[in-house]
Order: sequence, then structure tokens, then C-alpha cells
Amino acid sequence: MIGNLQQLENNALAEIDAATTEDEISAVRTKYLGRKGLLTGLLRNIAQVPDTEKPLLGKRSNELKELLNTKIEEALQHKSQLQKENILLKEKIDVTLPGRSVRYGRIHPVIKIRREICAIFASFGFSVVEGPEVELDYYNFEALNIPKDHPARDMQDTFYIEENIVLRTHTSPVQVRIMEKVQPPIRILSPGRVYRRDSDVSHTPMFHQIEGLMVDKGVRFSDLKGILTVFLRKIFGKETILRFRPSFFPFTEPSAEVDIRCVMCQGRGCRVCGQSGWLEILGSGMVDPAVFKNVGYDSEKYTGFAFGLGLERIAMLKYGISDIRLFFENDFRFLKQF
Amino acid sequence: MLVSLKWLKDYVDIDLTALELADKLTMAGLEVDEIKTILPQFSGIVVAKILSVKPHPNADKLSLCAVSDGKHNYPVVCGAKNIKSGDIVPLAKVGAVIPGEYTIKSSVLRGEKSEGMLCSETELEIGDDASGIMHLPADLSLGLPLETALNIGDTVLGVSVTPNRSDCLSMIGMAREVAAITGKKMKQPSVKVKESSEDISKLTSVKIIDADLCPRYTARMIKNVKIGTSPVWMKTRLEAAGMRAINNIVDVTNFVMLEMGQPLHAFDFRFLAKGRIVVRKSKENEEFISLDGKSRKLSADTLLICDGLKPVAIGGIMGGQNSEVKEDTPVILLESAYFNPTSIRRSARRLSMSTDASFRFERGIDPEGVVRALNRAAQLIADLSGGIICKNYIDEYPRKVPAIKDITLRIDRIREVIGTSIGSKDVVRVLHSIGMLVKQIDKGKYIIKPPTFRSDITREIDLIEEVIRLYGYDSVPVTMPNAALTEMTVIPRLDLEERIRQLLNGSGYSEIVNYSFGNPSFVDHLFLSANDERRSLVRIKNPLTEDQSAMRTTMVYGLLQMWENNVNNGSDDLKLFEIGRTFLQRKKGELPEEKNMLAGLLAGNISDALWGSNESADFFDLKGCLENIFFDLKLKNYQYHSANTEPFLHPGKSCAVYLDDLHMGYLGCVHPKIMEKMDIKNNAYVFEINLDILVKHLGQSILCKEISKFPAVTRDVAFVIPAALEADQMLNIVLNQHEDLLENVVIFDIYQGKEIPEGKKSIGLRFSYRAADRTLTDIEINSVHDRIIRNIVKLTNAKIRGEQ
Repeated sequence: MIGNLQQLENNALAEIDAATTEDEISAVRTKYLGRKGLLTGLLRNIAQVPDTEKPLLGKRSNELKELLNTKIEEALQHKSQLQKENILLKEKIDVTLPGRSVRYGRIHPVIKIRREICAIFASFGFSVVEGPEVELDYYNFEALNIPKDHPARDMQDTFYIEENIVLRTHTSPVQVRIMEKVQPPIRILSPGRVYRRDSDVSHTPMFHQIEGLMVDKGVRFSDLKGILTVFLRKIFGKETILRFRPSFFPFTEPSAEVDIRCVMCQGRGCRVCGQSGWLEILGSGMVDPAVFKNVGYDSEKYTGFAFGLGLERIAMLKYGISDIRLFFENDFRFLKQF
Repeated sequence: MLVSLKWLKDYVDIDLTALELADKLTMAGLEVDEIKTILPQFSGIVVAKILSVKPHPNADKLSLCAVSDGKHNYPVVCGAKNIKSGDIVPLAKVGAVIPGEYTIKSSVLRGEKSEGMLCSETELEIGDDASGIMHLPADLSLGLPLETALNIGDTVLGVSVTPNRSDCLSMIGMAREVAAITGKKMKQPSVKVKESSEDISKLTSVKIIDADLCPRYTARMIKNVKIGTSPVWMKTRLEAAGMRAINNIVDVTNFVMLEMGQPLHAFDFRFLAKGRIVVRKSKENEEFISLDGKSRKLSADTLLICDGLKPVAIGGIMGGQNSEVKEDTPVILLESAYFNPTSIRRSARRLSMSTDASFRFERGIDPEGVVRALNRAAQLIADLSGGIICKNYIDEYPRKVPAIKDITLRIDRIREVIGTSIGSKDVVRVLHSIGMLVKQIDKGKYIIKPPTFRSDITREIDLIEEVIRLYGYDSVPVTMPNAALTEMTVIPRLDLEERIRQLLNGSGYSEIVNYSFGNPSFVDHLFLSANDERRSLVRIKNPLTEDQSAMRTTMVYGLLQMWENNVNNGSDDLKLFEIGRTFLQRKKGELPEEKNMLAGLLAGNISDALWGSNESADFFDLKGCLENIFFDLKLKNYQYHSANTEPFLHPGKSCAVYLDDLHMGYLGCVHPKIMEKMDIKNNAYVFEINLDILVKHLGQSILCKEISKFPAVTRDVAFVIPAALEADQMLNIVLNQHEDLLENVVIFDIYQGKEIPEGKKSIGLRFSYRAADRTLTDIEINSVHDRIIRNIVKLTNAKIRGEQ
């Protein structure tokens, strides 16, 4: 009898495993556990078992009943899970279709560079200042030690509004306006639009400049080298090689042109650097005492440095832009790359 | 300035390569931006030896030569008489090219084969000897290319000389710098004048009337000159410097200008009326024909060089046609002068004439080098033209050019300003190398006397610059400044702009940058009314083009142009904005008013996905974007007024934006008549906001409200009202009742059409009621709600939809 029970268990478990649908599982349940089921039928014959075996048989058959019930339940649950999953699979979408959203707008490359530079100098404590774009000749030239009829005026071709009013050719007039109002120490940065009468692949009649100025007691040319070295390495990378070479600006003395090793050819010489291996990046120098005199600073007491750079040029080098006019054509196919 | 290395070597030894020299010059402040190689005008010509010379059997004037280039022997038929066996000569082999682009071919001359050509100096344009075949030194190896054997060709450096360094606008100036940089000694050309016994003072005179403009005028006279071409050595030098050779007189004046930096002028003395020179200012509108054949009208204070009657040159700028050197000029009056730099610059600009002479005069020449250049040129003219130099020279020097003052230099100051530990010895060495007289007056203190050609050195700082320039910027250490911490100042509007950039980027708008100027006709294209202040244009006096001749008074026109360009380039869906300034003309002599503006444009579809649903943008998309910004900025009291909008906007789909009573800007659909002109089908929506006004109304601080724990009850009501009644008016009616329990009211539906009579619309309002401290009862809500509804009905004559 016990042996029959074992046989029945093996058969039932095998059938549960083999059943593929909920209906088949229910059929197994009926076959073994139903009113006319095999287990039930077996138990009906219990009377024929010797009394000594009866308790054991009763226990085993109950256990078997419980086991089959559990297994069947499990199987049923499993099947219903599978069925639900199948329904979900039928809802499958094409996840490779493009996402739908309001795409973020892009920032103009020149503004992007301006932000970057302002942030770097903010970390040195330089404040951003502003001035008019239509400027008096005095601030744009004379106060910066560029008198009328001076050959240095040839360095910047100027748009005139009136005899003494110009479109500023650089953002340097802002430094004069600030120094007229404030006593040192000064650490300022003046970004903005500037205008020069020039137009070709590398010149537009309007472009952007940032001018920086630091005035304090004991500011040295070596400090100018320090600040600009840190700055340019932040913009162009830690390994950037720089050179400072003598130049001339009427408002600085000594003056330095700062070059970096060409980012395109690493100094081997290419079209971008005109085969020289170097790229002119910015002009700089120690503020000329004549400028200090114009704003009433004592140049024995204070020294300072100033520098100016064109944002388009930096952006062109950084992003590999070959034509400066692209910045102002505002073609969306250009803008969306930033 | 083009610097021929061969020429430069006349004055200083150079043992650097061109590249090395270029680098050294660049690092000393004389930027070399170009290195050019000048190749000879021939190729394929080699050093050869004549093995034998035999007469030509069929021609008396020709001979038959056997010539060897060391490898092969060639038969060459030659017409020259100055050759004999054993001579070393230049051989142009078959295939060689001689000047004039002539290629040597194998040929038969009077029955004799000739495979090549023996050349003369003139044929190769390397010398002036045309008398026969050129003879080469016997020690040259056969077969060597001639250009290598004779070192023909040159390297030219293009040096960009900064405006302060007029002393470097000459070969001698360059040589001086090279000597200082390389530590070599410099060689000056010797200037010795061989004079005749006839004294110049008996032949001519110079009278300076305007000494301010012409402080010094010197002259020499050379008689019996024979005008001709210059020798090759001079021509090659002039050409290397970028000048064309003209004749032996003009070439000398140019040569000496290039060599010494002193511009000179040669007059044909025959045409100087009364045989004299008078230097004076021009009269207003005085006319004059310059060397280039152009007639020029002069303004009152142009410096003129005149003869006894009439002008013969514009001083320091250009000579005149009436007195130029001609083929038969027998007597030259040579001018070397110092003119007032400012006056020359002013005149040159006014006349739009920038000449090699004016370029140098306006930058300042060496007032003490005038006579030396005069003598150098006179002697060269005599040498090249066979002329005779008259005794003495005229030197009218009524206004002594102020000498450069002595300057005190402190070693400590160099160290303070530069941050380097340079020693006194180095300082003195450097100053000596550029011709400064140095005298020590104290420990670490020197008196410096700059040479007369360095008019740019007037102050201690200029000396410091010179010292550090030649000592090397590379040797200055890299340090960080010692500075006390200070508070950074902030411009609130710039912070606002950055915030707006972020918000607009997040809403899908990309920033553009337009030119701040445009074609002045934009005011008409935008239909601005006659009294619109935006017609007060700031105009550029010297624009590059009409399209860039007036400063913008509104940002919108630039946006529209960029819209058009982008649509033409296939970008239809656009969200663009610009932050920048507009400019309004004020009184003459005053700076214009500059306004900081924000402007935006929306066109095409809202999203860029083509699959699935996508809608074209409308007014409310743009308005929503603005509202987002205003909300983020915690702006209050702004309103949209549909009256008083812009002439370039759709009258039914636009409004002005006010902040309190201030007109802050506008937004709306671009007027169809503008779109028609642009030939664009899509609608575009634009806005422009004055940031100067906006920034003044910020600063509403955030005060957080407690969130009610009690539920809200909402009631929806639809009102049928006149179509012209604006939503804002409806909402204001509700809000003006200031009901405490009304937490919020929003529009949930706008409907016109079926069931709604003509001229009416249905507006659905959702009211939510809530109290902070309790759950509201129906009775409480109904009493407030009914009050609100009654008020709306009373004020607007509205019918409630669904009620009969």
C-alpha cells in the first residue's frame, strides 16, 4: 500500500511538471485529488490495510495530498505569471525610435567661451565690469595713450559716429572708466562686443573681446606671466606650451604678445599657424604709466597688468572653426553643435 | 619690412640659419611673419671647363668649343671672343632655362652641332658685364650648379615692425638689432663724398617758411649725371626689399632710404624755377600733380616743397610730376629732410596716400641722420651715374628737434616691475648693445642717454622694456600675484542674463549673436511710425557697406533676418534668442542711449521629432516661455496689453508687456505683410524685453507658505461671455474680490462654435476652495462660490452654460 502511494506521488509530480496550460494542471488535480481521484480512491481501500500500518499510511497520504496541492498551486501561479508576461511582450515598442522632448537650446560658442573665461578669472577674484559700445574717442584712444595723429591708430581701423565718438575698437576703454572711479586694488574683467573696420575670412567688423586688468602695489610682469599661464592652461589643457614675446601696445609697457604652441599641429607647422608652429592668443603688458597718469594713479606706488583677447579666435581654435563669419551667420546647423 | 639676409650681411655677420634668426628677432619684439626664398632666374646651369676652342669652319664670328662638366664633354658653338682653353665658365646644358624663360635646346649652327650655351653675366642677370662669357674662379668643382657655386639667391624675412620702432625701418636698424641680439659687431657703410670745387651755395638756395612742419632741410647738388639702369647688385637688393628698379638716380634714393631709413627725393634741377627751394604750407585747395600722375587738391596746412614759383613735391609724401628725374636729366638736386611726423601723418591720411616715405616720416626718423644719408646717396649717385658732386651741402635747420632727454634708471625698479633678479652688469651690457650711453651715478642707479634714432625711449619704463626685451622674456620667472582678498562686485543684470540663458536653453531656445548694426532701411521694413523713437538711428560715418551702417534700435529685425536665412537653409523649426544692446541717438556730441535687450523668435513645430504627433507653435507657446521666465524670476505686476502693440506684429495676435506702468516689451505673431515679403509660409512669433527695466523689478524674496493639511474642493463653471472679453478681465473680476477661501482659479476650457451664439465664447473656470485650518463645509463653500458667480454675471452679463 505504501508502495502504491509512492508510485502515485511520482506519477502525479511528473504530470504536474509536464502540464503546459492551466487547464492541464487542473486536470491533474482532478485526476489525483478529485472526489473520484486516484489518491481518494486509494484511501477508500484503507480498510483492507492492517491496523498497524494504518496510522503511517494515514500520515503519508495526508502529506502527499498537501504536497500535490502545493505543487499544483505553484504550477498554476507560474503559468499565470507567464501568461501576463506574454501579454506585456505583445506590447513591445521600438525603443530605438528617437526620444520626444523639447530639445534644450544651445549656447552660442562665443558666449560659451566668455562664460568659461569669466569663471576662471572669477576664481582669481576678478569682477566683471561693463562700458558703452559707442564710446568717446577719449576713452577708446587718448586716455589709453593713443593720441590723435599717432601711427598706433593704424593698428585698429575705426568706425566713426562723430569726430569724437567711435564704435569702441577694444574693451580697454572700460578699464579707464573704472580706474577713474575706483582706487586700487583693482581686479576686473570686461567682456563685450567691439568693432573694427575689417572684413574677411579671419576678420568681422564686429567681434568679442575680453580685457583683464589688475592694479595693486607690487604687481609684477612675472605675475602677468603667472596668471596668463594658469589661464591658458585651463582653457587649452594642462600641457599647453606658451611663449611670451615682446610687442608694442600704446597702453602697456613692457608689452607682451602671448602665443601657444599650435593646437592643430603641435608645433610642426601647419596652415592654421602659418607654418610657424605658434598661435597668437592674446596681447598683454604692464599698464603704461601714461595711462595711470590719465586716471590720476601714482605709477611709483601702483603697478598693474592688462591683457586682451578675442573670443572668436579662442573659440575657433578650441572648436576647430575655420571661418570667423560663421559666428554671426547663426546657421542653426552650426549652432546646434555646441 | 622685407629684410634680405644677403643685404643684412653687409652690415653684420650672421652665423645663424634664417629660421634661427627669425626666431631670435621674433623673441626680441621684431616679429618675423614670413620667410621667403628668392631663387635665381635660371636653372640647369653648371660650372664647366673649356677643353678646346677652334674656329667655326663656316662662320668667322663663331668658334667651336669642347666643354666638360667633369663627366661628359659637350660641343658648344659660341660667339664670344673672350674664351680660351682652360677657362672655367657657366654652361647652360640642353634643358637649362635662362632668364626670360628661355630653354636651351640641342641645335645645329651653320652645320656644326651645339649642345649647350656658354653664358655672360647679363644673360644670367647676375651681373652687368655683357662684354663676353663670364669667367668663374678656377677652384670651383666642375658640374656644380652655378647658383650653389656663386651663392645666388637670397632669403628674405618679412618683419612686422611695431609703430614705436621707426628705427627698425631700415637695414642698418635691423642690423643694429641683430648685432645686439647675437653679440656681433655691426659694420656701418663708409660715407666719403668726393666733391668738385663748385660750391652749392652759388647754385641754389633753400628757404624754410614753415619751420614747425619742416625743422630741417638739407640738399646736395650732383651735376653731369647720366641716367641709366642701376647695376645688378642694386637691383637685386631693391627687388628683395619689394621695390621695383627705375633708374640709377631714383634707385639710389630708394636704396638709401631702405638702408638708412631716411627718405630722400631727387629733383631735376632744370625744372626748379629760379633754381631754388621754398618750403611752405599749401593754400586751401591748391592743386598739384604728384608723381603718380594724379591731380590732388590740397588742404591748407599740407607741407609743400616749392621752387621759386610753384610746388614741386608734397613734403615727405610724394614728389611732383613737374620736376621728376627724366632720361636726360643732367643735374640733380637731392633732398634729405626731417619733417614733422604729425603733419606728415595728417596730410597722408587726408590725401589717402601712404608711401614708403610718409610711413617713415610719420613714425619719426633720426634728425641727426639726415646729412649722413644725404652724403651716402650723393656719393652713390655720383658712382653710378658718373655725376660730379658740388662742394658742400645746404643744411637749413631752423628748429632744432628736441634731443632725447637723459633718463634715470634704477636697477631696483626693474626688479620691482618685472619680478626678476637681473644684475646691474646684464642691464648695462644690454643697454650698451643698443647704443645707449650709460653712466653710473649711484649704487644701482644710472643715467642713460639714448641714441638720436630711438625717439621712442623717453622714460625709465621704456628702458626697462628694452632691458627685459633683450634679456629675454623667457628668463622672467612665472609667479602668482600677492594680493589681499577683496569682495567681488556683481552687475545684477549680468546675473539675470545668465539665469535667462539657462531658462531659455532649457525651454529649447538657442542663443544667436547678430551684428549690432544693419541697413538703416530696417525702420521702414518694420513699418515703424514716423515718431517712433526707434527711428533715431546712430549712423556710422565710414561704414563698410550700407547694410552695416546704422546701429540697431531694435533686436527684432536681426532675428527675422536670421529666421529667413535659416529657413532658406532648411531649418524650419526654430527657437532663437539674442541678448544684446540697442542704440538710440541722443543729442549731437553725446553718447547714444544703450539699452540691454532680450529678444526671441519661435517658428515651425514645437518639437523636432517627426514621428508621432507634432504641432506647429503658436502665440501661447511663446507666451508660456516668457511666463516661465517671469515665474522663475518671481516677477509680479506684469501685464499683457493687447492694445498698443507693434506695427510689425499681427494686430490680433500680439500685445505689449508692462511692468507696473512701464512698457517693458512686446510679444506676438509677426505681421503677415512682413512674412509675405520674406516669402515664408510658416508663422513666426517674436518677443523683445528690456532687461534694464526687468532687472530693477527683481528681488522679490521667497517666503514659503505652509501647506494645508485639509482637502480642497473644486467647482467648475462655464460662462458664456462676449468674445471680445479677455480672459485676464474675467480672472481679475474674481481675484479682485479677495475671497480668503478661494485658493486658486484657473481657466480650464475656451470654446467657440456649436451651441455658442455668434460673438460669444464659453470660458470654463475652475475654482478651488480650501482653508488652512479646517475642512470646509458645503455651506461655507457655496456662500463664497455663489458670491463670486453672481459678481461675474453682474459685471459681464455672462450666462452660465448648462443653465437655462
